[in-house]
Amino acid sequence: MPETTFILRRYNPEKGEFFISKYNVPYESDTTILAGLIYIKDYLDRTLSFRYSCRMASCGSCGMVVNKKPTLVCRTLINNVKKPIFIEPLYNFPVIKDLVVDIDIFIDKLKEVKSYVIREKEESIDKEFIVKPEEMELIKQSSSCINCMLCYAACPVFGADEKFIGPAALAILYRYLNDPRDQGKKERIKIASLSHAAYMCSLVGQCTVVCPKNVDPSFHIQRLKVISTLNNLGI
Amino acid sequence: MALAYKAGLPLKDMEFVQFHPTCLPGSGILISEAARGEGGYLLNNKYERFLKNYVPNKMELGPRDIISRSMINEIKLGNGFKGKYGDYLALDLRHLGEEKIENKLPQIRELAKTFAGVDPVHELVPVRPGQHYFMGGIHVDINTSTPVAGLYSAGEASCVSINGANRLGSNSLPECLVFGAISGEQAARFAMEHDFVNFPPEVAEQEEKRIFEELLKKESGVYPAEIKYKLKDTMEEYVGIIRNEKSLNEACRIIRKLREEFKNVTAGDKSPIYNTDIVEVLELDFMIEVAEAVAYSALNRRESRGAHYREDYPERNDKDYLAHTLIFKTIQGPKIEYLPVKITKWKPTERKY
Repeated sequence: MPETTFILRRYNPEKGEFFISKYNVPYESDTTILAGLIYIKDYLDRTLSFRYSCRMASCGSCGMVVNKKPTLVCRTLINNVKKPIFIEPLYNFPVIKDLVVDIDIFIDKLKEVKSYVIREKEESIDKEFIVKPEEMELIKQSSSCINCMLCYAACPVFGADEKFIGPAALAILYRYLNDPRDQGKKERIKIASLSHAAYMCSLVGQCTVVCPKNVDPSFHIQRLKVISTLNNLGI
Repeated sequence: MALAYKAGLPLKDMEFVQFHPTCLPGSGILISEAARGEGGYLLNNKYERFLKNYVPNKMELGPRDIISRSMINEIKLGNGFKGKYGDYLALDLRHLGEEKIENKLPQIRELAKTFAGVDPVHELVPVRPGQHYFMGGIHVDINTSTPVAGLYSAGEASCVSINGANRLGSNSLPECLVFGAISGEQAARFAMEHDFVNFPPEVAEQEEKRIFEELLKKESGVYPAEIKYKLKDTMEEYVGIIRNEKSLNEACRIIRKLREEFKNVTAGDKSPIYNTDIVEVLELDFMIEVAEAVAYSALNRRESRGAHYREDYPERNDKDYLAHTLIFKTIQGPKIEYLPVKITKWKPTERKY
């Protein structure tokens, strides 16, 4: 079995220092980078900390920076990246330990955009709320977001100012704004129009490039700019 | 489940473990039933829809337990494809065409491309059964109440028995949503009506000592991974889709041995911050408990019912086993009791396909 070197940029919270660890990892044609990290944890170094859960690109827990690119390591094969593999914790977030970052900032942004269906009043749950296929079409892409935060690690605007609501949360705002069951349109446009929301985006587009689920936050944010401008002008 | 079991609560119907027929070999990633629902075929290495020999009237839409067993049987007959993770069968979606696959099964296409390196529009997807769902769990009644007043459980961890010995696809949702809501209401009501009881602090102190002084401070050099993978292989080989007296006895023996080996495991990371290694160790402890409950419950049910299949007792035996298994942890080892099944509208009948 071929071997490659994993070079990890880790963080020791007790000393407050970053340091480098190197490991030799055997791999096959279908070994993912995550499987390589689990191999290190199982057999080489039990002090290594990293997050993962579903192993199938659904939960969004294992975002890291691989060879300088924000990457979901469970869906990336060792075969498909440059070796040795250089892995760092996600950029633009405070690091807790090794490859684990503090996600509180992002959770606050999800709360800020109200990432749930808003209804004017509580209703009985004995009737269905049908969404037609053509209505689904409009929100399908933005619904695919798995909150992995790769787009935040790739976004220079967020890197410069963490107040920016940022790509994923704005894509999610767009998703609920277009959900036929949602009744919070006014509220949502108000949020989209805030100075640290859609207008703060300078259209670098890296969010869309790194998204592992083919969401296009860059496009959704430009749509939000148009929608909120027209709305605010009363058009 | 392990927490409840260790605290003395019974687990119910633990021998009923559902295997999903179509998982990717190696990674175990699930290829949803939607693939067969839309008309996908399961093929053996002769490119035959082999289910015609097992469930001719239902074919690919047959129940999960029967399809999983049929697949294992087909592999045993030498009709599987050879792969590096063992023999497998093939899921054929090619005849559905790109448009239907892209519109109806986009996630399946993405998973197959990413994790198996095949595009189902043009290629066969390698599949084999994988462990999927626990019908059993913490013993609760219809109000999600455990035998301990004030303790509630819902979701896959509990066994409210909506799934019986088998489970229909998507029924984890009512298990989670309906009974989750009920348990929330029940717990709130109980909390409003009762005062806190004085919890004996020595129980917490003992557990704290075990974690912080024994697991975290001591050095042993024994890695949990080794035991974890042995446990995994044991469950796969002896307590899997097809079971018998000998295999289950062997499983119980190995699990007891692994329990002994676990006594030497300590955390390899001593850090107090985000220590995922102590989590691994605690989880392995739980896995050994749950594995023993599954194997021992399966050993004692000498019949076949739903997802529990014994090749030495292939028939259902309502005379002796129309009952829920309750398993208790005792100092002498696991103890089994049976609880009669409450039959209401639907009478048990023979399953014919």
